[in-house]
Amino acid sequence: MSHPVQAAEFLKDAAKSKWHDETLWFVRDKRDKITQTIPEWEQLRELASQIKDNVLAHLDTYLEDFEQNATRNGIQIHWAKDAEEHNAIVLNILQKHQCKAIVKSKSILTEECHLNPYLEKNGIEVVDTDLGERIVQFLNQPPSHIVLPAIHLKKGEISDLFHEKLQTEKGNDDPTYLTQAARIHLREKFLSAKVAITGVNFGIAETGEFVVCTNEGNADMGVHLADVHIACMGIEKIIPKREHLSVFLRLLARSATGQSITNYTSHFRSPAPGRDTHLILVDNGRTAQLGRETFRNSLKCIRCGACMNTCPIYRRSGGFSYKSTVPGPIGSILSPGLDLKKYSTLPFASTLCGSCTDVCPVKINIHEQLYAWRQEITQAEGISPKSISMHVGNGIFKSPLLYQLSGKLLRTALKTLPNGLIYHPLNAYGKNRDLPKLPKESFKDWFKKNRE
Amino acid sequence: MSSKSDILGKIKDLKLEAKPLPTIPDFEISENMEERFVHSILSNKGEILTKSELESRINSGVFPKIYTSLAEFKSFSNQVLPGDPHTFNDLDLAIIRGQFGVAENGAIWLEDQDLELRALPFITEHLAIFLNRKLLVGNMHQAYSKIGLHESGFGLFIAGPSKTADIEQSLVIGAHGAKSLLLILD
Repeated sequence: MSHPVQAAEFLKDAAKSKWHDETLWFVRDKRDKITQTIPEWEQLRELASQIKDNVLAHLDTYLEDFEQNATRNGIQIHWAKDAEEHNAIVLNILQKHQCKAIVKSKSILTEECHLNPYLEKNGIEVVDTDLGERIVQFLNQPPSHIVLPAIHLKKGEISDLFHEKLQTEKGNDDPTYLTQAARIHLREKFLSAKVAITGVNFGIAETGEFVVCTNEGNADMGVHLADVHIACMGIEKIIPKREHLSVFLRLLARSATGQSITNYTSHFRSPAPGRDTHLILVDNGRTAQLGRETFRNSLKCIRCGACMNTCPIYRRSGGFSYKSTVPGPIGSILSPGLDLKKYSTLPFASTLCGSCTDVCPVKINIHEQLYAWRQEITQAEGISPKSISMHVGNGIFKSPLLYQLSGKLLRTALKTLPNGLIYHPLNAYGKNRDLPKLPKESFKDWFKKNRE
Repeated sequence: MSSKSDILGKIKDLKLEAKPLPTIPDFEISENMEERFVHSILSNKGEILTKSELESRINSGVFPKIYTSLAEFKSFSNQVLPGDPHTFNDLDLAIIRGQFGVAENGAIWLEDQDLELRALPFITEHLAIFLNRKLLVGNMHQAYSKIGLHESGFGLFIAGPSKTADIEQSLVIGAHGAKSLLLILD
């Protein structure tokens, strides 16, 4: 289903979509305020972008170094060329440990691979432990934002949900009360899980360690209580050296939520005595994107979500309107690389205002890539109602006589024709827009009367 | 062909042009590091206490089960370090020593040797960190140059208590881990 159709669905609840818009703008504003306290902010963005340029140019070497160093540290490395293989590797590890229930902290990659439904189909109970993710999991929904998974929900809805799932008081929508209920519920899950799954924010080639950032501490609660830790990592998450963490960690939380750092930044180098750590390196379309010169930069993304918070379309259309794991501007340049047909409307879900590019901590030229995807999609798709209008317009503007005639014709026609015909679905420019008010006469006629 | 050689092969076949790594320059740091550090901790919703304030809070009986191996607080410890971290599920307070703090964001560096049990700062209901006020650095670049390539199986920056804003962006302290971070600057 196309982005405009999904967006219309979200906009039906006008009050909620307004709240969504304002709340995300508030997060964007917090980001602005904190970045202005760092005089070298722009330099940091440039450094991050250059480090990622280097990573993408030498990804093979860094991956080999990473594997070698991580293996030396006692981490078991697996390679998965696609989602299917990734999921099979996870299941295999779980079966080896006879594990029937796992706790999982936030990982966009496992969402991308649809790991949860796969494991559930194979009889494994999966508990997402990030509060926002647990909320959407209860609702059988995917996250609608990569950093704020439940941003599309109001506390009243969460209160009703927790009343049903966690037997909280009916009507009590106090966030502290609801969070405490989730804490008690999830503590039990943490204590009983044998295997914990996490995502990875950064993998360091030089040391073979990987870093996970959370505010809730849920990744660590899971990992340090479980016998086995499975970390799922996209191959583009590699950075060359430990010192480079300083650049990315200064940028990440400030860009994401306007805080100076997440409250927990965990560096996993080797398993605790008697425990196992597995790390799965996943391609799933990343090498293909690496090969597309125009879109290569999209792999620099550190998943902060700043481009979503600032995007006038995302804020007003909600994360679900994109129907892709990563929504918003960055998702709209990543997803067409995975399935051009399925995600063909996403690069058009943008005003090309460039705000996403301005806030991106690793300086991805997001709006330029959106524009470039439009060229590819238009070529691949051929004729659309808008392209017909453009062709007709092109003919009219080429001929002065036709231009004059059509002007007169339209001024009369738009006044007299019924709205049903003017705003006919075939007129792509009349959808959700009012046509401009028509002047009584053309400028040429007016000029003749008044100036000549 | 294995997936590893498949993935690496695809990358190698692209024969991408080499790109240099940039050098990270020295950035200016705050003149009053302690003031900045305290400000950062408070912004992250941590608390700053003196040693005697912590002691009187402990004496008031709000923390029935306490674990610490620090000599400064040894007399308050009434738990032994378990082999299995699950045992600490009902621990009320853990007191540990931080290696150093970062002024720009309030992050405190800890390694395996400081934690004793990796789960400790997460599973405890409240966490107190004892930190020498002379051990502050300005920013994250200085932090990583101080850490260098020192090897610890687990390394951790803690900058505040466990928190979430997943319900309508309302900040709630105490999501899963410690419900407070009490910082004692020595």
